[in-house]
Amino acid sequence: MSLFSILNLSLFQATVRMSMPVLFAALGGMFCERVGIVNIGLEGIMLNSAFFAVFATYLSGNPWIGLLLGVLSGVGWGLVIAFLTVKYYGNQIVVGTGVNVFGLGFSAFMCQRIWGSRGASESVVGLPLLRIPALERVLGENTVFVYLAFLLIFLSHLFLFSTHWGLRIRAVGESPQSADAAGINVHGYKIVFVVVGSAITSLGGVFLSLAHLNFFAWGMTSGRGFMGLAAMIFGKWTPLGCFLASLLFGFTDALQMRLQALGILPAQIILLFPYVVTILVLSGLVGKAIPPSDYKPYEKR
Amino acid sequence: MSLRDSWRKCLSFPFLSEIVAILIAFLLGSLVLLFTGYPPGQALRALFRGAFGSRNAFGQTLTQATPILFTALSFLVSFRAGIFNIGVEGQFLMGALVAALAGTSIKVLPFPVHLLCALLAGGGGGALWALFPAWLKARFGAHEVITTMMMSYIASYFTSYLVNYPCKAPGWVAQTHPVERSALLPKILPPTQLSFTFVVALAFAFFVFYFLFRTYLGFQIRAVGLNPEAASNRGIPIASHQILAFLLSGFVAGIGGAGEVLGVHGKFVDGFSPGYGWDGIAVSLVGRLHPFGCVFASLLFGLLRAGGMTMTRVTKVPLDLSLIIQALVIVFIAAPRFIRLVFLRRKE
Repeated sequence: MSLFSILNLSLFQATVRMSMPVLFAALGGMFCERVGIVNIGLEGIMLNSAFFAVFATYLSGNPWIGLLLGVLSGVGWGLVIAFLTVKYYGNQIVVGTGVNVFGLGFSAFMCQRIWGSRGASESVVGLPLLRIPALERVLGENTVFVYLAFLLIFLSHLFLFSTHWGLRIRAVGESPQSADAAGINVHGYKIVFVVVGSAITSLGGVFLSLAHLNFFAWGMTSGRGFMGLAAMIFGKWTPLGCFLASLLFGFTDALQMRLQALGILPAQIILLFPYVVTILVLSGLVGKAIPPSDYKPYEKR
Repeated sequence: MSLRDSWRKCLSFPFLSEIVAILIAFLLGSLVLLFTGYPPGQALRALFRGAFGSRNAFGQTLTQATPILFTALSFLVSFRAGIFNIGVEGQFLMGALVAALAGTSIKVLPFPVHLLCALLAGGGGGALWALFPAWLKARFGAHEVITTMMMSYIASYFTSYLVNYPCKAPGWVAQTHPVERSALLPKILPPTQLSFTFVVALAFAFFVFYFLFRTYLGFQIRAVGLNPEAASNRGIPIASHQILAFLLSGFVAGIGGAGEVLGVHGKFVDGFSPGYGWDGIAVSLVGRLHPFGCVFASLLFGLLRAGGMTMTRVTKVPLDLSLIIQALVIVFIAAPRFIRLVFLRRKE
């Protein structure tokens, strides 16, 4: 197999698949930042939801219940983050760091308790493929996530830029004082959309554990939450931009796997790849990224 | 003094919200144990016995506290300048690797000189690893939280590559050759791993304190962190001070990594850090972003690590409980108002 033989349709399909976790994290992070909250905890939220999805599937034998519990865990973390940062003015980055540490510790702890190994869980039933023959020709066989992602990009774009809720969200992020003066419930909007963002992010975790691998593995998100943040910045805080940026990360991830299979370079060097790309993207390629908010806590007068 | 007054006096105790946060974290940790079917009392008893129970246990706690104190000081220096250097782990690893290379490859220097060279090389390695994100921030405005995080992942894979391939010593374990004797920091309390590194860490705590709070440059750096606009109006160059703090932060983290290699392990072993860099962030915050606070907080986290190992061995409770408790401490420390309003019922 030569280096160029890996550039084919199946690499494209793998790119789309591997961009999913980054995309969900980017979209989730985008909603949080649009209402003025920096959510560093995306990584921890994803890891936790990946665990809960496998846990619920293991107990019930039904991956849809796994999906549900995974997303519910995202909602739960969204509530914790929202209340601590919005209502009690906690430092957003510190709270997020705590969520990340908790995600790593808790999932490993539970994994050890339930399956006797902190490294990996037993295999469970994954989510079934969603058969849409017309799209399968191009995108390959996929679970519900890929189609859900496209729907989500479309809907969140409409929502943010063509509805009055979207306008209010952007106002809350850009200028909470004026939003408050216009009678918008600033804290309410912040809390609701941090929760929405966290729930969307958790889909990325569920994708990893129920559509990509069908088991839980220690630290299986391996920085994709942070790549999601980078993709969000690269995509200038818009759904479409997030999608295109995530495709880039998906590509490096897919390419990394192919290169590992070729075995021409040591694994550690190939595994570096996505992280190097993230840094490059954040430096030269972005240009000046102007965030949609100054992320300061808003105190009601 | 009425009861009400004495209650109020009690509440004005300076570290109350930190202490309450730690207590709540332990309480919630016990709840996690209870719900998952482990006996919390037995586990916590084993944890504390493993941390203080004997001379060796105490030595183990200090040993575990040492690298965490370095990483906490590292994070603290950057934070005081308004930089969120979340990638301390990467700088710590690079410092350790460079120190190991300096310790193994230089063979002509005598004992204290070689040791000093290796330590400084480690610090340089850490600073170098911080230089790139610092430059990216100054040049492109790339947010340091993401870039330093990515640099950490890169450092962990890169060092792993080096000790698995080009710098690997013969044998099954992925590690470098042992460091020359002339570059080793002496052990203090055999048979425990406690080494002179701990004393170096304490010295660094004092150094960081002196620099930040007793020198003009330190004052300027703190001014940049507290209020960039005001500092800028006073003619303090923000970018260069932030880069300086970033480099210093990397330097301290690198010394920490070097200390682990030269004092504890005597070589760079693949994956030797169980996340000391991440712990440092928490320790820094628990220590209220003050060097002396960091000393106490690092002892707490050292206790969690050292005691956690005994707890795992004796009661089979997974080591990750320590991580859960740490995370809870971070979360509650992050929102002091939450602690004050909800648990202490004290108005602002």
